[in-house]
Amino acid sequence: MISLSEFLIFGGLLFSISVAGIFLNRKNVLVLLMAIELMLLAVNVNFVAFSHFSGDIDGQAFVFFVLTVAAAEAAIGLAILVTLFRNRRTINVEDLTEMKG
Amino acid sequence: MEKVYLAVVLAPLIASIIAGLFGRQIGRSGAHWVTIIGVAIALAASLYAFYMHVFGGLSTFDGTVYTWIASDLFEFNIGFLVDNLTVMMMVVVTAVSLMVHIYTIGYMHDDPGYQRFFSYISLFTFSMLMLVMSNNLLQLFFGWEAVGLVSYLLIGFWYKRESAIFANLKAFLVNRVGDFGFLLGIAAILAYTDSLHYATVFERLPELADITVEYWPGVEWSLISVIAILLFIGAMGKSAQVPLHVWLPDSMEGPTPISALIHAATMVTAGIFMVARFSPLFELSDAALSFILVIGAVTAIFMGLLGIVQHDIKRVIAYSTLSQLGFMTAALGVSAYSPALFHLMTHAFFKALLFLAAGSVIIALHHEQDMRKMGGLAKKLPITFATFFIGALALIGFPGTSGFYSKESVIYAVAASELPGAEFAYWALFIGVFVTAFYTFRMLFLVFFGESRMDAHTASHAKESPKVVTVPLVLLAVPSLIIGFLVVEPMLFGAYFDDSIRVLATHGAMATLEDQFKGAWGMFLYGWTTPVVWMALAGVAGAAIMYLGMPNVLPPLFARVFAWPKRILEEGYGFDSFNNTVIAGGSRLLGRGLWQGADLRAIDGWLVNGTAAFVGYMARTWRLIQTGYLYHYAFVMILGLIGLMTWIVFIGA
Amino acid sequence: MSLYQILFYVFASVAVLAAIRVVTVKNPVHAALYLVLTFFSTALIWILMEAEFLGIVLLLVYVGAVMVLFLFVVMMLDVNIAPLREGFIRNLPVGVFVALVMIIELALILGPASFGLDIYPSPEPAPADAGNTLAIGQVLYTKFVYPFEIAAFILLVAIVAAIALAHRRRPGVHYQDIDAQVRVRAEDRVRIAELDADKTRRGDVAGDSKANQDKETS
Repeated sequence: MISLSEFLIFGGLLFSISVAGIFLNRKNVLVLLMAIELMLLAVNVNFVAFSHFSGDIDGQAFVFFVLTVAAAEAAIGLAILVTLFRNRRTINVEDLTEMKG
Repeated sequence: MEKVYLAVVLAPLIASIIAGLFGRQIGRSGAHWVTIIGVAIALAASLYAFYMHVFGGLSTFDGTVYTWIASDLFEFNIGFLVDNLTVMMMVVVTAVSLMVHIYTIGYMHDDPGYQRFFSYISLFTFSMLMLVMSNNLLQLFFGWEAVGLVSYLLIGFWYKRESAIFANLKAFLVNRVGDFGFLLGIAAILAYTDSLHYATVFERLPELADITVEYWPGVEWSLISVIAILLFIGAMGKSAQVPLHVWLPDSMEGPTPISALIHAATMVTAGIFMVARFSPLFELSDAALSFILVIGAVTAIFMGLLGIVQHDIKRVIAYSTLSQLGFMTAALGVSAYSPALFHLMTHAFFKALLFLAAGSVIIALHHEQDMRKMGGLAKKLPITFATFFIGALALIGFPGTSGFYSKESVIYAVAASELPGAEFAYWALFIGVFVTAFYTFRMLFLVFFGESRMDAHTASHAKESPKVVTVPLVLLAVPSLIIGFLVVEPMLFGAYFDDSIRVLATHGAMATLEDQFKGAWGMFLYGWTTPVVWMALAGVAGAAIMYLGMPNVLPPLFARVFAWPKRILEEGYGFDSFNNTVIAGGSRLLGRGLWQGADLRAIDGWLVNGTAAFVGYMARTWRLIQTGYLYHYAFVMILGLIGLMTWIVFIGA
Repeated sequence: MSLYQILFYVFASVAVLAAIRVVTVKNPVHAALYLVLTFFSTALIWILMEAEFLGIVLLLVYVGAVMVLFLFVVMMLDVNIAPLREGFIRNLPVGVFVALVMIIELALILGPASFGLDIYPSPEPAPADAGNTLAIGQVLYTKFVYPFEIAAFILLVAIVAAIALAHRRRPGVHYQDIDAQVRVRAEDRVRIAELDADKTRRGDVAGDSKANQDKETS
């Protein structure tokens, strides 16, 4: 049978890949957003795995909330992106330096 | 009797308020009438109280009339302690004050600040009475500061004169130095006895006798000595003892009646009065007594010497006052409180007389005070001359005058003492007698004898002063002459001060004196044979030779021969320059240092602006971390995550 | 190797490979599509773990809605990809290194030593009639009812925020302003103009009366 450890490492792999993705696509906000979705997915995998192996349904309820928040985040993130693009004609992160001290 | 005491205090106060606040409404004559009546009521009530206490057998009154603050720890009351000492002071203060009030009508005749002046001197009378009648230290301190305030106001009465403003500021500041010590002494008394009430404090003194305090490690002080010396520092300020004497000569910038009342007769004796009042405390500390003795003796001789080189008639009398205060202080030092108070009383009369007579001269010469521009006035101002002469005789201690009895007692008390420093003090006072006689008669001769050195216009207008001026002179001349003869026996050797003053048996100066005393008449006769009187007469003779005999030869010769000592004297031993350069200059330097160094640089520069600058600097530096690039933040987050995981894997687990 | 294991490894490999492609492909459209594949595979793995409800939700909500939204945005925006790819090669070593470090560390933490079968034995398979949806529903509407409400509220806020952010008025385009329509008042529409009667044409009074007569007759 598949052990808990294998599910968790699967989640960890997804997480690490998304971290690498943030590094690689550091200029493209779109891909950054996708990487973040991927990260959330990785976390959710962990939740589901723990829930399954400990026989506790609460973990799945939590995944439900994470999905809710992730959907909201994606919606707002994309809305910001659209507005941004409309105003600056770019989604290049390097051009967004208003926060520079 | 309480009502009588209240009348003594309140009559001058009410008069002062009326003259001060409603001066415009009541006019000039209204102002002097209301204040004179006020002080006359006070004098009458004081005389009644004096009669009742001294002859009527009334016992000492010690009562509270008003409670200001009452708490668990202490009570602050306004109350009166009236005993023989107090009634004597009350009579002296109100009597001299009344004379001065009357005299002022003539002296300040043309002054625009007429009402203000009367208001001030009445207020002074009130303050001084509060001081002497107090039964607790707080009220004493109130009176102490109130007379200081009025003194300040009156020295600067002619506030448009720069020198007057300088002098009153100086008086105020120097007195603050003394008050600092005084206040510390009062605080120490309150701290150790939980009371400011005289009687309670004196009751608890034996408990304090053995307490020692250690302000520096390894140096133990007797608490009593510390308190006594602190209190005496206050007295040094008020009674102008070296080195806090510097304000008194300058205070002569005030109008002459003020010099007479405040800076000669009454206020400056507050220190003497206070020490006498606290005799039970001072008696317990030989160290403090020695200190007082030496300070008094030094003041007596060295301030007298300064009188010799002065040209301003008022300043000569001012230095004479300093010197006589030194005599009183020295007497206090040898536990001869009653001679000190006796001398205080006689001095109040004859010094007020001298000042007022000098004022009369000044009026006659249209406010000319320089003795070099006087001379030969004896014929033009006969009453003034006569009274001035009586005052001068009393001052030098000519046998029979009041000054003779008091000064003689002081000197012999010092001679009889065995306290450390008594021998030095005796010789200082002994020479001081000569000096006193010399400068007194130098003044007398310069002013009233010899050729006239006035310009013709002044000379032709010089005439005897009006009655309001001469009558007080005559009234003061009478006690200056005879009061010593009358009261020397009961006051010094009788039971007059028994309730007020406590002298330990070990301080036997007065006891020795009492053994030798043969009555007032006997003292007068014996006086002709004592070296002290011969010293005085020698001083008179010296002055006569120099300023009557060869006024154009000897004084310039002496001035040339003793050029250096003369210069030292003219500089007042350099106290003023020392204070100006070292104390005032040092304070200014310290202030500038604190301003530039502490305030501008440390507080403004480092703390205030420095904080802001540091924050700005840090912000400028840390700002560089804020690149604004999203991926930098993400990178840092991930680094943190990795760090955390590493910690869990390798350390935390 | 049981079918279960085979399925797991197949889905996991697909998910990981697709995830790698998500972060490496040039075209964002392809990236989004690969992301869809990742989500799809993951959903299958969740179903393997008897989380049927969540697996379906992931498919419906994410693959069906969120990822379509992504694709929609990607296609709508005329993004110039070339400058966005700058530094990809330069950052590759760093990214790979960080990812490797994380993988190694995660493996150390999550390895069989801590989470192996001997510690967490495989649970008994649920019976055929077991309702995963029912179970989640039961906790969601009892134990987690407040968080559930809050989540609903967050979604509402997200909707409002997304509309507020992305909505815009185009100049030169007419919109229906319902507020203005409802607010309208008669005074704003009709203006009663007071006009003086023309005094130069008094003779018309007769004509008016004649016209009135005409009306009456007609």
